[in-house]
Parts: sequence; C-alpha cells; structure tokens
Amino acid sequence: MFYPMISLIACHECDLLHRVQPLPEGGTAKCTRCGALLYRRKRNSLDRSLSMALAGLILFILCNTHPFLALKREGLVQQTTIITGVQELYRQDMWGLALLVLFTSILAPLIQLSGMLYVLLPLKFNRLPWMLPVVFRIQQKMQPWAMMEVFMLGILVSLVKLAKTATVVPGIALYAFVALIFVLAAASASLEPGVVWEKLEPIRE
Amino acid sequence: MNSTPITASNASLVSCHTCHLLSRLGPSQTIGRAVCPRCGTSLHRRKPNSIARTWALILSAYMFYIPANVLPVTVVTSLHKVQSDTIMSGVIYFMKTGMWPIALVIFIASIFVPIMKLVTLTYLLVSIQRKSSWRPHDRTRLYRIAEVVGRWSMVDIYVVTILVALVKLGAWATIKAGPGAVFFAAVVVITMFAAMSFDPRLIWDAMESNLQND
Repeated sequence: MFYPMISLIACHECDLLHRVQPLPEGGTAKCTRCGALLYRRKRNSLDRSLSMALAGLILFILCNTHPFLALKREGLVQQTTIITGVQELYRQDMWGLALLVLFTSILAPLIQLSGMLYVLLPLKFNRLPWMLPVVFRIQQKMQPWAMMEVFMLGILVSLVKLAKTATVVPGIALYAFVALIFVLAAASASLEPGVVWEKLEPIRE
Repeated sequence: MNSTPITASNASLVSCHTCHLLSRLGPSQTIGRAVCPRCGTSLHRRKPNSIARTWALILSAYMFYIPANVLPVTVVTSLHKVQSDTIMSGVIYFMKTGMWPIALVIFIASIFVPIMKLVTLTYLLVSIQRKSSWRPHDRTRLYRIAEVVGRWSMVDIYVVTILVALVKLGAWATIKAGPGAVFFAAVVVITMFAAMSFDPRLIWDAMESNLQND
C-alpha cells in the first residue's frame, strides 16, 4: 500500500525531511543540514522554458544545416559542418569516439530540447502528454551529457592551435551554436521539474 | 544537534530519485520491486549497490588513466614527418610557444580534473566505509564539485574532433585521433557514471549510526 506524501520532501543529498513551504516568486528552498537545493519557485517556469525551447529548436536546425567552421590556407578553403568531425573519426575507425562526440554535442541537446517541447506544449493546453513520466525522466537525465559549452571551449583551443598555420573562418552555424548554448541553459534554468511532476496524480492502490 | 535527525529513511519513507515524491512501502512490498506511484521509477532507499558500483567504476577509470596519458592522443602526418602527441606533450607545446592560458586550460581539464575527481571519490568511499563522521558538510560539497566539474575534461576530445575535421584534406597535413584519445574518453565517461552511482546520503548515514552508538 502506498501513502504518497506531498507535503513533505526529503533532501536528495542527505535524506533529511522537510515540510514543503510556499515560496515567494524567485525563491529557493535549501536543505537545512547540507545546503542542497530542494526546490525553487520560478516565475512562469513552464511558459519561459517552452519559449526558450522553441527558440532553441530553430537555432538547433540552423546549427546543423549551415557551415560551422572553414579553414583557409594558401587559397584552399575547406568547409566543415558540426557533424564533419564525427564523420572523420568514424572513417578513422574511431567509432566509439565518433559516437560519444555525436551523442554529447548533437543528440543529447536535441533530446533535451525536443523532450522539453513534447512535455511543455501539451501542458500549455492543459493536456497530459502521452508517456509523460518516461519522456520527462529521459529529458532530465540528459542534463550532464549535453556538453555544448565544453565543445565551445574545444573550438577556442583548436583555433589557437591552428592560428599559426591557417586562417579559420567562423560560419553561421557557429553563431547559432553559441546562441543555442545560452538558450538551452536558460530553458533548463527556468524549468522547475517539480512543477511538471505535480501535474501527475499519484496512483493510489 | 545530538538527537537523531529525522530523515526519510528513519521515518520509513522512500524518496523517488526522479520526482522526489515520498512513499511509504507497505509490508507486502519489497524495496527494489516497488515503483514510484507518480512517475514509475523503481524505488530504492539508497542508490542500489552504490559503494560497490562506484568502486568498480573508479578502479577501471584509474587503470584507463595510465594509457590515456601515455599513448598518443593525436598523430599528425605532414610532408616528411610523423608527430605523435600525448596530452602532456600538448600542454608542453603550448607552454613553449608562450600560450600559457591555453596550456593551463588543457592541463586543468585533461590532467588535473580527472585525477582529482578520482581521488575525491576514492576518499569519499573510504570515509564512508570507515564510518567517518568528520565534516559531512564539506564532504558533501566535495562530491558536488566532483560531479559538476567532470564534464569539462571532454575538452581535449573535442579539440581532437575539430582538428580532425578541419585538417582532413591532406594538402599539408593529416591529423588522426590516437588510441590515447579512446582511453581518455573512457576515463571521462566512466568517472561520470561513477559520480552518478555514488550516493551522498551514505555520508550522512554513517553520521547517524555513530550518533546512535554514542
């Protein structure tokens, strides 16, 4: 027999029980023992995330369809897109690396964005999306694996490394990529998972 | 502060890993087979086999850390010569050419962060197994840092990917990813899984059992 308790919350880092209290807008509740974040109250949490996710999807498409970086040396110009590196690694029989880069720089952000849209868009019209718990769980699990900002640092390092031998020309996709980093961060930051979970009624047996 | 704090576990409640809903398990339900009534995640009082899993992952990461640093990460073939670079030789190259900030970034992300993360998790596991009650607050904070910082080690993998993509025509050089890059990526991914399988609540559990024994 289950007796779900909605008025209490346990800290996920030290297990201390807390009574759930109403927060002012923009407020955060932290564990009194270990200081871990318990829950937040964001203004228009779901609406803001939804709009950011929509913007993110547009940027994502731009990012993957336009030239990313070009290398110029002695009159030769070589265009690349985001996926070129993955293809090259795969051609060098480094399929494990190729898969990891593909997943962390392209697939994980895509799953984050589309998962967010899949969950938030129906909720906006007061409907529960099909399989919400599964989709939202996967969406949340992607957080540590989407590494676009780390990729960006990698770009900067490679630019410095190549600066002496060739000219590197940034493409449209690179600007979209940078914008997407911020938009995705904003979307995730304004999404308070608790608000989504509250839409679900616990099943009582 | 000397009384036993009220945790979910003491109150025989189980907190859902995913949606944080608290459930009380009935006598007919065994932990591990029960699922959260709200989101369907299987319920556990603590992450299952946290200590054993984390140890296994950490030990394999230590082993992979050696070839990751010894084997070449990139192999550059230009007109007449073949040059293999390890992570450290890349750092040294940047230092020699006077690009200190870049050398520092790569050193921190590729050498310092992975080993610090491994040492931190090792220390946390040992401290839990010895039922230490020393500064649980700081040890929790240590865990948080280790968890957040690990992903930045991927920088070197991305640098290899981008170089491989940009310098592929072979007009003046070709760059190939070396075996070191594979081991290094394995270290990063394995330590991320290690941080995920580690349960910081175990730090506080040891505290409570010490309080009860006093």
